[in-house]
Amino acid sequence: MIPEFIYTIIVILLKIAVVVGVTMLHVAYATYFERKVIGHMQVRLGPMRVGPHGLLQPIADGIKLFFKEDIIPAEADKTVFKIAPIVPVFAALSALAVIPFFEGFVIADINIGLLFILAMSSLGAYGIVMAGWSSNSKYSFLGGLRSSAQVISYEVAIGLSLVGVMILSGSLNLTEIVKAQQQFRHGMFLFPQFVAYFVFMVAAFAETNRAPFDLPEAESELVAGYFAEYSGMRFALFFAAEYIGMIIMSSIAVLCFWGGWTLPPALLDAAPALAVVPGIVWFLLKVYIHIFLFYWVRASLPRYRYDRLMSLGWKVLIPLALANIVVTSLVKFFL
Amino acid sequence: MVPLNWYIGLSAVIFSLGIIGFLIRRNILIMLMSVELMLNAVNICLVACSHYLQDLRGQVLVVFIITVAAAEAAIGLAILVSLFRNKATVHTDALTEMKG
Amino acid sequence: MINKAIFIYFAAVILLSAVLVITRKNPIHSVLFMLLLFFHIAGVFVVLNAEFLAAVQLIVYAGAILILYLFVVMLLNVETESKASRANRYWPWAAGFGLLVAAEIALLVARGTFPLDTAQPMRLGASGVKELGIVLYTRYLVPFEIASIILLVGLVGAVMLAKKRSSE
Repeated sequence: MIPEFIYTIIVILLKIAVVVGVTMLHVAYATYFERKVIGHMQVRLGPMRVGPHGLLQPIADGIKLFFKEDIIPAEADKTVFKIAPIVPVFAALSALAVIPFFEGFVIADINIGLLFILAMSSLGAYGIVMAGWSSNSKYSFLGGLRSSAQVISYEVAIGLSLVGVMILSGSLNLTEIVKAQQQFRHGMFLFPQFVAYFVFMVAAFAETNRAPFDLPEAESELVAGYFAEYSGMRFALFFAAEYIGMIIMSSIAVLCFWGGWTLPPALLDAAPALAVVPGIVWFLLKVYIHIFLFYWVRASLPRYRYDRLMSLGWKVLIPLALANIVVTSLVKFFL
Repeated sequence: MVPLNWYIGLSAVIFSLGIIGFLIRRNILIMLMSVELMLNAVNICLVACSHYLQDLRGQVLVVFIITVAAAEAAIGLAILVSLFRNKATVHTDALTEMKG
Repeated sequence: MINKAIFIYFAAVILLSAVLVITRKNPIHSVLFMLLLFFHIAGVFVVLNAEFLAAVQLIVYAGAILILYLFVVMLLNVETESKASRANRYWPWAAGFGLLVAAEIALLVARGTFPLDTAQPMRLGASGVKELGIVLYTRYLVPFEIASIILLVGLVGAVMLAKKRSSE
């Protein structure tokens, strides 16, 4: 009894170590690829100095941030200031626990996986608001206020856009959602749920505070928004949380709309040799496509004005998501 | 196994703390939060009873309580914002217009 | 045994943060302790096999209601707030009344008999999202619709109350 219990715990700990390690590596290189991709889109080369084609740049950045002096403003609320960067990283890493990376590999296979991710992504906003308030600086404070309003508005859109997927698959468990997509010949919910996918992606950009909705940080108007007063490792934690959030949003998009680690049955029938490739490869490939989409949008679109952002969320995305729910349930009921 | 009494006791203590907070604080914001505290105490009690009675009705009630709490928070905070706009205070004892 | 230890941990944190919520001078600290409290209440729900409610607790309470509180606290001026006295002038009476209610509940809990102490708790899986949804949409359909109307009224009311009157 007891050895089995301990064995289970060891397996879970190992899984956590692997997932967190691989994710942090992805975060480090996501920054590198972001600079490279945007650089090439703007006809520059991006980082080139450290290592061949700047490949060691993330390591150099990490060392620099790690050894940088940690400054806490004199007028700041010190306890809240210190806790603030931990909250978003904690929330983002917890959300990784329910993501199935390939068949059978998931740390916690709970029945409410999708709701858990939504709950955790709503907690990320606390870190931003706490940081904005505790820094006791006007720019940070404005960033914090903007972020709290933005995140609660777009959370509604994210939740509603995923309801269509929940209706079609009849489950909140991410593994079952992936399996439910095999009922289609094209093997993904992307086709029946394209409206939901659009709403989800737009809301995901806002939820992760990425361009064109990066108003909480908006470097050209708020200097850096909520983390203007942060330096060193605390700053790096905010940065990491943003990238983990991006990876998680891409993973949900892949799991709920792109069929996760599976391939479309039609494609497998046409080329049976593809079944040899392990599922994790397809999963990562699809996630990379989404992360590239984040960079592409950032390089292409200017920042939204704040009132336009709010009216987009409340007057376009939420009604679209609601209409999608009505249509999906009608179709599901009558067919 | 944890006895049901423990859960009911926990919920009773939180509920009392909510009442005390609501009655003694001057800040309307904290008073509203004390109301949330009381609602949460009731939620714990209902979920525990639902678990031990093997009956889902307790959980259904909690869903309704959470709904009402959300509406209450929205209305309460809206009143608070318009109050602050008119009187520039959030203290209950500063509002003495109705006193004869 | 391990169940009891988990319960004691959750209960201790919940009680501690509840006390801190109602005593802190700075409303922002109160809100943050409230967040801690909601987290641990969600933990209690998970222990009680109410996974769905635990998630809803975090999404609705922590993710929406509390952020709204934080938003409003930040709109108000905290500097003057922390200098003013915390309690109103009737606080001894009020605290006495609160303790009276607490004693009353304690008496009721102590005197009441709970024949459920030995009852079998709900088996795993009998309180999932599906079961809750079926109950909610069949037996409690009318209250469910009323709840949605309450939310609608709350939405409209909040917008009407907080809107700046542009033309008087």
